[in-house]
Amino acid sequence: MSACLDIANLSAVLANGQRVLRSVSLTVQPGEVRALVGESGAGKTMIGKAVLGVLPSSVRIVEGDMRLEGEDLGKLQPKARRTLIGARTALIPQDPLTALNPSRRIGPQMTDRLVRILGWSGDKADKRVRQLLDEVQIRDPDRVLKSYPHELSGGMRQRVLIAAAFAAEPRLIVADEPTTALDVTVQKQILRLIAALQREHGTAILFVTHDLGVVAKISQKVSVLYAGKVVEEAETADLFAAPRHPYTRALMAATPRYTDPFASLKPVDETVLAGLAAEIAAADQAWRRPHG
Amino acid sequence: MDEARISRRGLSPRLWLAGGWLLLALLAAIFAPLVAPQDPLAQDLMLERLPPFWLDGAEPGYWLGTDSLGRDLLSRLIFGGRIAFIVAFAAAIAACLVGSVLGLIAGYFGGWADRIISRIVDIWMAFPPVLFAILLVAVLGTGLSSVILAIAIIDWTRFCRVIRAEAMGQSRMDYVENARIAGYGRIGIMLREVLPNVVPSIVALLSLEMGIAVIVEAILSFVNLSIATDDPTWGGIIAEGRLSIHQAWWVLVFPLITLILTVLSFSQFGEALKTRFDPVLR
Repeated sequence: MSACLDIANLSAVLANGQRVLRSVSLTVQPGEVRALVGESGAGKTMIGKAVLGVLPSSVRIVEGDMRLEGEDLGKLQPKARRTLIGARTALIPQDPLTALNPSRRIGPQMTDRLVRILGWSGDKADKRVRQLLDEVQIRDPDRVLKSYPHELSGGMRQRVLIAAAFAAEPRLIVADEPTTALDVTVQKQILRLIAALQREHGTAILFVTHDLGVVAKISQKVSVLYAGKVVEEAETADLFAAPRHPYTRALMAATPRYTDPFASLKPVDETVLAGLAAEIAAADQAWRRPHG
Repeated sequence: MDEARISRRGLSPRLWLAGGWLLLALLAAIFAPLVAPQDPLAQDLMLERLPPFWLDGAEPGYWLGTDSLGRDLLSRLIFGGRIAFIVAFAAAIAACLVGSVLGLIAGYFGGWADRIISRIVDIWMAFPPVLFAILLVAVLGTGLSSVILAIAIIDWTRFCRVIRAEAMGQSRMDYVENARIAGYGRIGIMLREVLPNVVPSIVALLSLEMGIAVIVEAILSFVNLSIATDDPTWGGIIAEGRLSIHQAWWVLVFPLITLILTVLSFSQFGEALKTRFDPVLR
């Protein structure tokens, strides 16, 4: 059985030739949650966008394969690729405030996709959407479906977006820091909801985050990303038990703990950063040689 | 919160006053033959330069007085409104259609489409608008359709620039990206996700543009380049009034007031409508 998502040796460059993804390889098995963790600018969101085919026009993929359930995305015609991505993937976005169209009601925004892209009947789509709203514990679907986005709180909007992501039964969901824009109490509920729906529907998730606490709670496997390079990859339990890469260890030391909130946080160590810089430079050197 | 919402939802005085004046002027223009007290073209040298009704020497039936040829000013203003409104609606809608479509395309598609459209807009706006209008009418020949065409040809850039900027902002929104992931086509996204969010601006601009069209028509008729017939136009009346300002100030003042009220009302009405159309401000 082929992996749900298989990225092999993916490299991407900016218009000025700077590499933003450095031979990234990672797989997400069906029904598995793979966390992609790293600091801001590490390229984790970029990987998500590459998979979903919405990279900004300034970023160009120069090397590597992406396979979605065995289909090589690079070999498909643009239109076929769009259709495949549209049918098999979904996004839970970072900012629920800008992810819903302010001038359209929630109902049509949610059902539209089921009707237009998947060809469902309006009734079927409506039933499905209500079922999903129930699963994300929205108790008054009638009001919510009739609302405009600004009439709902941030947490409610994120629930709506989670419901919308799961509604079409995608095989893979890219969750791009879905709790970052929410306040801490809501973060926990949202995380629990995503985990519950993930188990229920058996959907594979590529979970992009900078928060190791979230990684521990939700994922089975982790890829640690630094400057567009995967520096460590492991089962989540193993990673927390015995982080191998110095950067991972430094990252863990830099995570606040609720048990000891006043302990001073250690910024990532200079020597670790120097080691990383050398590692990246060596990788770039090795990469440039065959590519001129 | 609730009170603020109710007062905003209710008709604001601004909307009432502006809308009221426009409705009154529009109805008067539509039913001009029924409403106008006199024939706007009937000359009577016995009745020349009659003052408005509250001054000595006024004649009943000539509420705002008469001009130097004895024609009833109020009737001429009412009939002049017909031309003004026809030009306002037709020219503004034409400019709006052309400008909004090009603006949407430039803003949403970006790239080459944007570069080409934006350069055309830049070049277009280098022409002084009124001179451009006079030039166009001189080339196209006088007449109602030339005036409408000239205004549309000049003023579509107004819509294009604003709608382009708004569409650009929209196209960076996450819901547009989400629609792309879901597999919608570019045109579909433009119409479905982007257009509804720029409609409030289009409405406001449309109303503003109607006011501008009224002014341009008045300018063109002031320099005798509007319609070729004897039908009264506001600009034409102002031009005549200018000649007899010392003997009959009312012939200049009343059309000016009418013009100012109408243009002001169009712009205020547009602003008020924008807030009502916007789901977030509403």
